[in-house]
Amino acid sequence: MELAQGRVPVIEGWFTVEPPALLGRRCPACGTYMFPPTGQWCPNPRCGCDDLETVPLSRNGTVWSYTDAQYQPPAPYLPRTDPYEPFAIAAVELEKERMIILGQVADGYGVGDLSVGTRVELVVEPLESDGEAAKLVWRWRPLGEEVDQ
Amino acid sequence: MTGGSGTGQVAVIGAGMHPWGKWGKPFVAYAVAAAKAALGDAGVDWSDVDFIAGGETVRNGYGGYVAGSTIARSLGWNGARVATCYAACASGSAAVEAARTRILAGLSNVALVIGADTTPKGFLAPNAGDRWDDPDWLRFRLIGATNPAYFGLYARRRIDLYGASPADFAAVKVKNSKHGLHNPFARYRKEVAAEDVMASPVVADPLRLLDICATSDGAAAVVLASAEFANRLGVRDSVRIRAVSTVTPTFPNTIVDLPDIATDSAASVAPPAIGYRESIAAAAYEESGIGPEDLSLAEVYDLSTALELDWYEDIGLCARGEGEKLLHEGVTSIGGRVPVNPSGGLACFGEAVPAQAIAQVCEVTWQLRGQAGDRQVANAKVGLTINQGLFGHGSCVILSR
Ligand SMILES: [Zn+2]
Repeated sequence: MELAQGRVPVIEGWFTVEPPALLGRRCPACGTYMFPPTGQWCPNPRCGCDDLETVPLSRNGTVWSYTDAQYQPPAPYLPRTDPYEPFAIAAVELEKERMIILGQVADGYGVGDLSVGTRVELVVEPLESDGEAAKLVWRWRPLGEEVDQ
Repeated sequence: MTGGSGTGQVAVIGAGMHPWGKWGKPFVAYAVAAAKAALGDAGVDWSDVDFIAGGETVRNGYGGYVAGSTIARSLGWNGARVATCYAACASGSAAVEAARTRILAGLSNVALVIGADTTPKGFLAPNAGDRWDDPDWLRFRLIGATNPAYFGLYARRRIDLYGASPADFAAVKVKNSKHGLHNPFARYRKEVAAEDVMASPVVADPLRLLDICATSDGAAAVVLASAEFANRLGVRDSVRIRAVSTVTPTFPNTIVDLPDIATDSAASVAPPAIGYRESIAAAAYEESGIGPEDLSLAEVYDLSTALELDWYEDIGLCARGEGEKLLHEGVTSIGGRVPVNPSGGLACFGEAVPAQAIAQVCEVTWQLRGQAGDRQVANAKVGLTINQGLFGHGSCVILSR
């Protein structure tokens, strides 16, 4: 019961928990990917297809850049702890989809574990808690490997 | 194509500001002060203005959403045509463009372009409420990605790709603080040492508090006129607008940008030859027939110190990765070949969103007229302003005398 309560996505339909994977939209006509999966039309101006499919995106990528939030972000951000604990953010490039997706960096990792080109994998972890259920979000976990860019 | 010669010229005949700061007044009070200053500078009566374009401010309720008419009413209804422009940080240049195109079309003779804002303390934040379909709201809720977080991403990339250092970023602040010392409209007029910047607390790695611009109250206004109207008024050697660039990105836009949490995918279409920020200046260069080598000065949007270095490259002052070298050689200081942010920039002003792009035009106007006092760039002939509004609003104005 406790486990089930702890595994609620913070936003429905944007990612799966088992296995952890972001859900994107893909244009069957031209192959363009989209995230978040809310698009109704292909963003390629020469395409215009509106019959998009939902697909899981690559779970691995490389860091395009990274930073952290040393000051508590304002609402609607909900801090998980009091006092506030800083967290890191990574912008990660997916090779197959050729797009960059932002996410927090997994618990226990910070900017010291990252550089441009670091390989990361997608995980899901608690984002916020209302005291009963923890809401999950996607995060990027460093794999401790570098690739040349 | 080139707006360089003959008729079809739009002149800047007046410029005015309200000093930047945290004054606690309604935005329209700043607006009226700036408008009166600009009209006085132009020698034009408000009753003769036939078009007013106001930059919208979203933090002032209904009046701010219809800033053009709110300001017109405060100046006294005069029957002018009116527009209010929202393009986030680019709102001011969108308003300039509305006025310029109306004048070029022969529909207006003289226009007041104005932006004014008040800002809360601390981080800019999205609109209140549960807004699960608003990308600006979602980036805060899901990721905690404030504006400085995006500035941090660009800054960290400069470090890892080009070997930039926090000391390089601090040197931008040192330069701009020296420039702003001499600007009566700047909020911060105090020399800042590199050690001060590097001793200030980290906000978003690698950027520290003094690397990031503050939010301010402020207002700026310009009076634009057709060449014929300027001649009739007896304005000699007026400052002319040579180009305005309000471009959107071209698909696929592959650089992370506010407020999005993902870029376009380049899986099906190769990215454009030049990135979005470069394309903003490129469009203005193409329209004006002016190139980066012709610039006497530039006002760029230094939301962070590191971002100013990105702009050097985006506007073509140097090759990618060479911004630090240009800075340290003194090229972008007053006295150098192309001073950047002689006004002191956002480092000294802070950000007053709908006023900022207009304030940049004011500064270039004063510089081109030789009226910039102790911060004057010698023999200034051509100036560029550049800025970028979130949600894909380009903002570049090229002016010449
Ligand atoms: Zn398509």
